[in-house]
Amino acid sequence: MGSLTPGFHGRPRPQGVALPPGQYVTEDFPVLSAGPTPRVDTATWQLDVVTETGATHSWSWADLMRLDQEEPTVDLHCVTRWSKFGTSWRGVSLDTLLADVASAADFALVGAYGGYTTNLPLADLLGGKAWIVHTYDGAPLHPVHGGPARLLVPHLYLWKSAKWVRSIRLMVQDSPGFWEQLGYHDYGDPWREQRYQGD
Amino acid sequence: MTSTSARLGGRVGVRPGWQVATLVDAWAESPSARTLVLDVPGWPGHAPGQHVDLRLTAPDGYTAERSYSIASAASPGTASSVGPETVPDAGPTRVELTVQRVPGGEVSTYLADAFAVGDTIEVRGPVGGWFVWHPTGTTGPLDPAPVLLLAGGSGVVPLTAMIRARRAAGSRVPFRLLYSVRRPEDRLYTRELGVPHPGDDGVDVTVLYTRSAPLDARREPGRMTPADLAAWGWPAELGPACFVCGPTGFVEAAATMLLALGHEPARIKTERFGPAGD
Repeated sequence: MGSLTPGFHGRPRPQGVALPPGQYVTEDFPVLSAGPTPRVDTATWQLDVVTETGATHSWSWADLMRLDQEEPTVDLHCVTRWSKFGTSWRGVSLDTLLADVASAADFALVGAYGGYTTNLPLADLLGGKAWIVHTYDGAPLHPVHGGPARLLVPHLYLWKSAKWVRSIRLMVQDSPGFWEQLGYHDYGDPWREQRYQGD
Repeated sequence: MTSTSARLGGRVGVRPGWQVATLVDAWAESPSARTLVLDVPGWPGHAPGQHVDLRLTAPDGYTAERSYSIASAASPGTASSVGPETVPDAGPTRVELTVQRVPGGEVSTYLADAFAVGDTIEVRGPVGGWFVWHPTGTTGPLDPAPVLLLAGGSGVVPLTAMIRARRAAGSRVPFRLLYSVRRPEDRLYTRELGVPHPGDDGVDVTVLYTRSAPLDARREPGRMTPADLAAWGWPAELGPACFVCGPTGFVEAAATMLLALGHEPARIKTERFGPAGD
């Protein structure tokens, strides 16, 4: 525990909810990104999965819509300290998307329209833990929140859930993404408060 | 963008440790904002645009953490080597923050109203290596491009740190700041940014009032428009480095206007805070 801050009492503590250390609850849906919001037309939208051998699998918007759709309701935890409970999404599980992709890779580097990248272990994309989502709270995902489609990996800090997702590169060796090169944690588990390198 | 961030990553090391800082001075910057001067022993220096994490601990052990942009220039004594790679303990240990009081805000109301000179608080940082301007190319070539700063409300804080760093370094890089603020009384750093400051030749400041403007304002009250950017900003052809900071609504609108005016997406860096506002 840290040193006491004289005269600080804080808000009433949230009851009955699971809040990771250092986080607070918000009802809003704050927006964070490092640059302008890309506007991506679903008519030209494409998602590529590139394996470690260079084999490429591609999905158009229509392809994505034809896959089995799931409706996860999950809690979000942003490294800037807000957490939002019970968000409702619709999209395709990475288990479905990657089912027929042959790979021995252990890592993934996710790329986005606009140039953003983020890395994570492939195991964290599989096993019902990650989705490509296109609908939030019953409506098409707004561009400021990553629409038309973003990655959703709710068990990690939200910067891993790349907005405007464009590609997933499967790799034998880990390679840091945008924020990870700038000092943020390679894994980003909110329950272990892995915000920055060395946490 | 990727190669740039790789280079920055090599020189921006985050120091994960928390340390205890002491409030050594404070003053009202506006009726709703307060500047805090913290003494942070062993502060490694910082680049303008970076922020710090603050941690507050209540008597029952409850903690709250928040990030605040740094308002001060890096280190006046180390202006030729601005950046977090500055040798620890070599530079001053003072760090200035300006905290905008958010109604009902758990941390900002404490910092603006209750936090007293002599009190301590836990700090770690500096944090963030993307939304920064380096007045002297410390590890890479100097970026000689003009700089366009677009501030919404208290988003002016890290942008003012860039102006201060320019001044401290004796840089001649041309700067233009467009500062959108509701009313005259909401302005921060009014004197410093209002009258040409010694060392600020080449820094042009335009205040855009959204609700009510003084008689000598450059235009009628209203939100920032493409015409404002065309009149008071830089043409896209000059390839300015653009830094946009403010509430989400402001940043979205400003970044969209910059793109429409032909600015390269990779030249536009954004930093947003809080829920949607103006």
